[in-house]
Amino acid sequence: MKVTQLTLRPGIQLTAVQTRKFKSSTLAVRFLLPLSEEEASLNALVPMVLRRGTAEHPDLESLSAALDELYGGSLEPLVRKKGETQCVGFAGSFLDDAYALEGERVLEPAAALLAEVLLRPYTQDGAFCPDYTRQEKDNLINRIRAQVNDKRQYAQIRVVEEMCGEEPFGVDKLGSEARARTIDAGQLWAQYQKLLHCARVELYYCGSAEAERVQAAFAPIVDGLPQGEARMGVLRPAKREAPRHPRRVEESLDVTQGKLAMGFRTGCDAWDEGYPALALVNAVYGGTTTSKLFLNVRERLSLCYYASSGLMKYKDVMLVSSGVEFDKVGQAEGEILSQLYKCQTGDVTDDELEWARRSVVSTLLTTLDAQSRLEDYWLGQAAAGLTEGPEELARRVEQVTRAEVVTAAQNLIPDTVYFLKGRD
Amino acid sequence: MVSKQYPRVGETVFHEILPNGLHVYVDRRRDFQKSYAFFATNYGGMDMRFRLDGAWKDTPAGVAHFLEHKMFDTQDGNALQDLAANGASPNAFTSSAITGYFFESTEKFFDNLKILLSFVSIPWFTPESVDKEQGIIGQEIRMVEDDPENQVFYALMECLYDHHPIRVPIAGTQQSIARITSGTLYACHKAFYTPSNMVLTVAGDVDPEQVCAAARAILPDQPGLPIDRDYGGEEAPQAACGEKELTMEVSTPIFQLGFKADPVKGGEEWLRQELMGELACEVLLGSSSPLYARLYSEGLINKNFGYGFELYPGAALMAAGGESRDPRKVRDAVLAEGERLARDGVDADLFRRVKKGVYGAKVRSLNSFENVCISLAQSHFAGVEYFRFPEVFDAITPADVQACIRGWVTPRRCGLAVVRPGEAV
Repeated sequence: MKVTQLTLRPGIQLTAVQTRKFKSSTLAVRFLLPLSEEEASLNALVPMVLRRGTAEHPDLESLSAALDELYGGSLEPLVRKKGETQCVGFAGSFLDDAYALEGERVLEPAAALLAEVLLRPYTQDGAFCPDYTRQEKDNLINRIRAQVNDKRQYAQIRVVEEMCGEEPFGVDKLGSEARARTIDAGQLWAQYQKLLHCARVELYYCGSAEAERVQAAFAPIVDGLPQGEARMGVLRPAKREAPRHPRRVEESLDVTQGKLAMGFRTGCDAWDEGYPALALVNAVYGGTTTSKLFLNVRERLSLCYYASSGLMKYKDVMLVSSGVEFDKVGQAEGEILSQLYKCQTGDVTDDELEWARRSVVSTLLTTLDAQSRLEDYWLGQAAAGLTEGPEELARRVEQVTRAEVVTAAQNLIPDTVYFLKGRD
Repeated sequence: MVSKQYPRVGETVFHEILPNGLHVYVDRRRDFQKSYAFFATNYGGMDMRFRLDGAWKDTPAGVAHFLEHKMFDTQDGNALQDLAANGASPNAFTSSAITGYFFESTEKFFDNLKILLSFVSIPWFTPESVDKEQGIIGQEIRMVEDDPENQVFYALMECLYDHHPIRVPIAGTQQSIARITSGTLYACHKAFYTPSNMVLTVAGDVDPEQVCAAARAILPDQPGLPIDRDYGGEEAPQAACGEKELTMEVSTPIFQLGFKADPVKGGEEWLRQELMGELACEVLLGSSSPLYARLYSEGLINKNFGYGFELYPGAALMAAGGESRDPRKVRDAVLAEGERLARDGVDADLFRRVKKGVYGAKVRSLNSFENVCISLAQSHFAGVEYFRFPEVFDAITPADVQACIRGWVTPRRCGLAVVRPGEAV
């Protein structure tokens, strides 16, 4: 597997992963912008509307037919959040050239279709088609509203919103329903122009073709983007201290099981030397089925239906998430904190440390086996301006000492506790 | 050991038949970090009546699934934990036709393989552990009974089939599982978990000889006795009844529309039927078909619309479903489109495009080790080489697909199951 990272023009980069191990190739293009309350929903909506039709293929049916011609390829709108950078655009999966029935090339026409969707939208009167805009705006609002359907995920969104209310990180990748409601066709067109002119652009490829060929295939996109403007640079989020006493927030919804979500400050993010130790602490504490939270809070004490922790790689935040009976929430919170205390005082067995290390290393290495996970990994690194691949990070995790794990644990400070309870 | 190359899909498969009758397949994948092993028995939810050693036996619904839950128990503890401590991610499933156990790992592959082969082949049940499991599976059945997707699926099966056991929920019912004892489990394990009724499939960068050596060392020497299964005799071609309706707490009506297709015995015909069925679905109501676009723009279906072709021993069907304000209108439109295609034939350009799309998706799906191992196992049980699909696919013509649609997409072979919003009765 060979990874090439190239700057094609200022602010326009390509990451090309060359490997013959997959039957398919992944193509992606993403616009990167600072995450903001004002623009998040607008940015999220742009690819959804672009996906409805192009000048050459003005509706879903003709776009589907074009994708069928490319051996049933996919081309899906993408909206993600990497630290305080919002990433919007498209990711597609296509048959690798080696398996085409008549030896024809798939990469070039696939990249051309991507360029078409990105740069030549179906327009009416010089802007997006009003029908598509209205329908996709409704879809966006429905998606934001549907976040409450998955209570586990909703509690996590809410704790981040509360904890990082004064930081861009508090904004959801889809923005807010209130802001989405105010979007009109003119605003959306203006935002599309802003993406084309000012956003950083990250192109991605993973498949059997060598980097030069990939670069040539992407040329229609690179040449089609406006010239001569300063595109935004890499952004590293500021760190914060936790408040002296954790903030507490409670909400009621029609639920039968309570959801407890706790946000911690970690004092560490992907740019820091100490990140591998933090990744390991997270696994020891709550990141795996051999972790302290899983084995104690869930299995031994049966306090929760689930209890796990997760890191925000590009922000100094760790979340603990658990499903718990309403009357057991105090006990569960106490046990979650007491397991943290064990990590901080080095009360971790050699087995626990090794199981965690094996799990983190294995998760990193199997990233190399799945094209979609690899695309997401490299998007995060590109957004952060980092170049370390999964194997190198795995190697650093192998080197982490017990003392470094304990130190990283000691930097975990509770910031905000969110509890979702039932209605009385 | 035989090694066979499949240049069309770029794979090489090692195949060996052990002296005890077990078939072992290894798809050698270089450059991958992980390896995947799948150990399956040709025994699923529908195998309730069978003949072993001359005597017919009737067993309650849900035994195959119950066994799957209990197999992880070992005399020393639980195999799931042993595998997890070794860094593997294990799991299992029971379908109507098979039960499969698998794991994925980046380290200690052969240690994990030995654990897999041993816990699946050595049963360990006690009356207490069976009692406890009855409670757990009872909860699972209750949860599934609250799930409208599941209810509408079984309602469709009841529409289409008169007696074939595909109608019976895989997990059984509260009543049926109450009749399962540790004796039932031991007897069914003995009948179906025999080397000659099982298959081991592996994908990854592992030595095929070593896989066979592990299987030889751990599994029994004897192949086991042949088993006859009884699915109640051949089904009539027409649907048992045209419509079924349920009421549940859902926001919009959900439906499953089905067409009873002709079952096939096995061998290459099995693979051909499967591919023709998939193409027939795409041509009739796939996302780039004219009917799909029309139903979508009329608001009769939405993004949740899904479809597929399913093939089981003694049963086959085309099914499509999702949410709709008027499922009967969807059914009538599909029948009308079927009639048109049967009369006028399949548009050559649409057929060519759809065939390309289906082919590409099938090849791309080989990225997934899970998919590869399960497909190799299912094809083995059907008596066909899975990786031969490109050649079989090439030979399918628009006339073949037209004939499928003409034969199957008719009012007498059609069933419609609907879950309507309202208080559950």
